[in-house]
Amino acid sequence: MNSYRESRPIPAPPRFTSPSWFAGFVLLVFVFLFIQGFNSAEISVERLLKGARNLSTFLGQAIPPDWSDMDVIANAMLETLYMAIVGVTIGVILSIPFSLLASRNTAPHPVVRTITRFIIATMRTIPDLIWALIFVVAVGLGPLAGILAIILDTIGFAARFFSERIEEVQPGPANALTASGAGRLSVIMGAILPETLASMSATSLYSVEKAIRSAVTLGLVGAGGIGVELSTAMRLFQYDKAFAIILVVLVVIIGFEQLSSMIRKRVI
Amino acid sequence: MSSITIRNLNKYYGSLHVLRDLELSIESGEGVVLLGANGCGKSTLMKCLNGLEKPKSGTISIDQQDVTGARGKRLRNIRRGAGVVFQQFNLVDNLTVFQNVLYGAMGQRPGGLLTVWHSLAPKEFREKAMHCLDRVHMAEKASHRCRELSGGQQQRIAIARMLMQSPKIILADEPVASLDPKAGIEVMDLLWEVVREHKMTVFCTLHQLDLAKSYADRIVGMKAGRIVLDSNQDSADKESLATIYQGETRVDGTSMSDQEYSPADVSTTEVA
Repeated sequence: MNSYRESRPIPAPPRFTSPSWFAGFVLLVFVFLFIQGFNSAEISVERLLKGARNLSTFLGQAIPPDWSDMDVIANAMLETLYMAIVGVTIGVILSIPFSLLASRNTAPHPVVRTITRFIIATMRTIPDLIWALIFVVAVGLGPLAGILAIILDTIGFAARFFSERIEEVQPGPANALTASGAGRLSVIMGAILPETLASMSATSLYSVEKAIRSAVTLGLVGAGGIGVELSTAMRLFQYDKAFAIILVVLVVIIGFEQLSSMIRKRVI
Repeated sequence: MSSITIRNLNKYYGSLHVLRDLELSIESGEGVVLLGANGCGKSTLMKCLNGLEKPKSGTISIDQQDVTGARGKRLRNIRRGAGVVFQQFNLVDNLTVFQNVLYGAMGQRPGGLLTVWHSLAPKEFREKAMHCLDRVHMAEKASHRCRELSGGQQQRIAIARMLMQSPKIILADEPVASLDPKAGIEVMDLLWEVVREHKMTVFCTLHQLDLAKSYADRIVGMKAGRIVLDSNQDSADKESLATIYQGETRVDGTSMSDQEYSPADVSTTEVA
């Protein structure tokens, strides 16, 4: 090899670079919004004190929790779990075709990809509570509305992550199968999906956790589950019963998160 | 009988003229090594040969079948007859060795993946896969996952997968470039043994002159998108081979002409 160039040595890059005008602009907008938002919340010492007093009244009435309706609570909790499990299972299964249609390396045509990505983005950007409100109108009060809301919410979330993982898969193995005369579908199923399984099961497990949390709140708008009981108890000022429900929800969610992290350790 | 025939092949990437009126013909049963510097168009040529890239003009025929015009089922049929060995092995890392070898038979029967999935594959496929694994001395690793294996072992599995395909022609794109010299020689020995046993035609790109000289029946040199050298093994001397790496070698014209490699460098520094 030849020696280094004989011209002047090239200086090292500068230690600091000044931020772009765009970064400065974003920062300015952010500071303005923060100050404006802080002011509009009308935070004052007396309001905070009053809030603390109200909170202690609530706690005073809520403790001890009222366990007398435990059978109703347990049934409602069970219904919540059913909603989550049914919704998330259907949602994750549907996410697979959605993600395949939305990924650069598996979509049959760029137009299909764009349309699918738009559909998935819509499902994700509309919050689950709003989906539940819509489905309560469509199919009436009860768990079916909740299940439909969870399905859409799960697809919006899981299909996006699945598709990101699918696009990261190295093209080599798929090329090898294509080069040996395999059809497109066989290549996708045989070389691309197997590489994504670990990541997909992690995403699915997280979807279950997310679905249980959202199933609890969906009841607040009448879409079935324990949220219905909670919102009724709060409206009737039965804070002790409400507190019992909150405790049950807490235990179930923590329990499930433990279970899920146990499964995750086994799978991955 | 001619096994691979390339006539007037032109390939562009955008405005970049990669393959320039390329002509080459390989007889059945020949072991041909293709040499050339980085960026001279070797890999593009290999991709054109099995229809992974479409050339702008010219014809390629493999085993008397026209590749350039073939689509769909006909193209898949041609690909089935040509096994490919890659630099990066290209195994599905998450699956077992056995499953990867079975994949070689994909497309031999209607039903695609279903006919070669390890739990559904017919007995003869399963037995043939074990036989192929045994041939590359990897039978005892059948139920290991590919990612647990070393590079040399993975390339052996890739050769077993290629054997499973029972091709007449083998296209090997720098099969040993990502292996250390010892594993590289083992893989080349194995590949050439297998090729001779089954009387297959092999077209192999390499980076090492010494390997090319010891394995090839015929050495073809490529420079800036053209074949510039074509000699049988005995007549290829190091000086004329070294010219392949000198001057304008790249198709994109970015060759560093002030850093020409001396013949001695070529075999050692070009292991990318």
